[in-house]
Amino acid sequence: MELSGAEIVVRCLQEEGVEHVFGYPGGAVLYLYDELFKQDKVKHILVRHEQGAVHAADGYARSTDKVGVALVTSGPGVTNAVTGITTAYMDSIPLVVIAGQVPTYAIGEDAFQECDTVGITRPCVKHNFLVKDVKDIALTIKKAFYIAATGRPGPVVVDIPKDITAPTQKAEFKYPQSITMRSYNPVVKGDSGQIKKAAQILLAARRPMVYAGGGVIQGRAASELTEFVRSLGFPCTNTLMGLGGYPATDQQFVGMLGMHGTYEANMAMQHCDVLLAVGARFDDRVIGNPKHFFQEPRTIIHIDIDPSSIAKRVKADVPIVGDVREVLGDLIQQLKATKEKPDPIALNQWWAQIEQWRGRDCLKYDRTSKLIKPQHVVEALYEVTKGDAFVTSDVGQHQMWAAQYYKFDKPRRWINSGGLGTMGFGLPAAMGVRLANPTADVACITGEGSIQMCIQELSTCKQYHFPIKIVNLNNRYLGMVRQWQQIDYSSRYSESYMDALPDFIRLAEAYGHVGMRIEKPADVEPALQEAFKLKDRLVFMDFITDQTENVWPMVKAGKGLSEMLLGSEDL
Amino acid sequence: MRHIISILLENEAGALSRVAGLFSARGYNIESLTVAPTEDFSMSRMTIVTSGSDDIIEQITKQLNKLIDVIKVIDLSEGEHIERELMLVKVRETGRDRAEMKRVTDIFHGRIIDVTDKDYTIELTGTGAKLDAFLSAIDHSMILETVRTGASGVGRGDRILRI
Repeated sequence: MELSGAEIVVRCLQEEGVEHVFGYPGGAVLYLYDELFKQDKVKHILVRHEQGAVHAADGYARSTDKVGVALVTSGPGVTNAVTGITTAYMDSIPLVVIAGQVPTYAIGEDAFQECDTVGITRPCVKHNFLVKDVKDIALTIKKAFYIAATGRPGPVVVDIPKDITAPTQKAEFKYPQSITMRSYNPVVKGDSGQIKKAAQILLAARRPMVYAGGGVIQGRAASELTEFVRSLGFPCTNTLMGLGGYPATDQQFVGMLGMHGTYEANMAMQHCDVLLAVGARFDDRVIGNPKHFFQEPRTIIHIDIDPSSIAKRVKADVPIVGDVREVLGDLIQQLKATKEKPDPIALNQWWAQIEQWRGRDCLKYDRTSKLIKPQHVVEALYEVTKGDAFVTSDVGQHQMWAAQYYKFDKPRRWINSGGLGTMGFGLPAAMGVRLANPTADVACITGEGSIQMCIQELSTCKQYHFPIKIVNLNNRYLGMVRQWQQIDYSSRYSESYMDALPDFIRLAEAYGHVGMRIEKPADVEPALQEAFKLKDRLVFMDFITDQTENVWPMVKAGKGLSEMLLGSEDL
Repeated sequence: MRHIISILLENEAGALSRVAGLFSARGYNIESLTVAPTEDFSMSRMTIVTSGSDDIIEQITKQLNKLIDVIKVIDLSEGEHIERELMLVKVRETGRDRAEMKRVTDIFHGRIIDVTDKDYTIELTGTGAKLDAFLSAIDHSMILETVRTGASGVGRGDRILRI
């Protein structure tokens, strides 16, 4: 049967098993919305801003293993979505973003709500398409889902002009069951010779270290990583993107590494003799100054699905290109096949050293303060949710405290914008998480700066009954900016103070939610308990926190991993 | 160091801008870029002359391979290869220098392909270095226009870039 372009798009989404689409209608997508209206397999969530639509689809994808889908109109619909798309791109999140476009005959004429979608999004997508013929829609959407979800995942934009979705143009609909592309064949299996070599190096290590990133989460390799690390008894650290890839409550976990990583993780990174990097990319927030990193000799084994992530900032001695789950599986087999074990004496000595570093207790903070310490709030959230909530965050100090103090034991529970660092991500992402996990506790740890960047989504939460628990660490400062200004700009707090903040309680209430203000440390836990008891309500908890608290430890930009500041006393 | 990178890519709208965009976004140099369809019109062959350290060239080839439209990439300068560039130079016709210009053109195995009463146009092919040498051998004040295609390259013998 011949179908219109709009019918084909909706049928494609159904064929892909898409249950939820986040979007916002507009002129160029009206035919698509008309088709969505006529069916009920694909449910549409109406956000309040296109940035929110893409972040929500992103949170949906991160918390599940599915491709997130967003639908936006042409022009401003697309430009509003760009921040969301770039956020997903930087963190390798599989999304398909369908964008309306002005009719083909109007393209290039500066038509109303026209923009060069393919041009604008080119540098922030894994791939994008402009569909110019109704006959190409099905194959293009198939390709979009395939490209988004395979290899190193990422967002794919499909730009569809209005005239080819109109009922005046029709095409035979047949959704391809599978697809091959001569120009795109992601590697899956790692080279067996390299894996064998890696196994030998790991077994001969005296001071081994495992450093795992977001690739372990996106690559569904958390259980393989855990099995591998436990079988060897090695220390393991996770990047900000990799948290939950290895259980944080496990003794072999040394905490997050990097700019605000633990003392033990950073010191072990710097002083190990064999480093296994898994699905991580040695970025500037992780290893600091590469020159300093190379002052200590070590053998680096680097597993990544993306060859361009290997030897980009740090040369690998044993590069292994492949799917991390496959490669770790093969590595585990290699290690099982041999009777060799790492030298227990050397490993014990190494652990003794690490325990000594751990003994510095770098995450300690003042627990007797009369002011609410933000770290205390995160710890209390961890206790109240029994460590089993999905936690989204925005960007800044609160994000680092969430990463440091909420111990994630499972993958896909920690949802944050690591690469792009997008303020405004937390709340819409939480909507996607909750929609995908309708019985789970979902908390959004945020600050009074970030939350205001996508606050309009409180309205979406009301419409669709997303009972998210917002934990607002309100210090009346753009805290991370203030921290850098204190340390590097002689405490000249240029534009980092938030004056004239809204009354968040009344704001939450105005949107139809529950608001709470918490001003005393003793009230932190009871407030959280009460909030999580309100199972079907969104609760906005405004924690008035210590204005001067900083995130420690800290490796200043351009410094080396072992040049950490452990607290204000090091300034 | 100078490298010649050969790319086989889908002959799709926008494929060129994906490659060019990659170079500008990541701050890589492009000395020249040429592209045209191959005998199979569904594919284009592109030659990029670039420069950078070995690490940068490695990143360039990896990043190019990551582009969905790119089918294959090789660094021609890693092995034996042939490189050619076409140049058209329009020079002022002046009585006395006319014979000298013809002589230099012959030495460089160029051809005079068009003559008017005021100027003539010389066609020259060769490596970029040869074309540079020609330009420095003639009097610059006589040059009206220089048009160069940028290098195209092919590997020698069994080094074949195809699917």
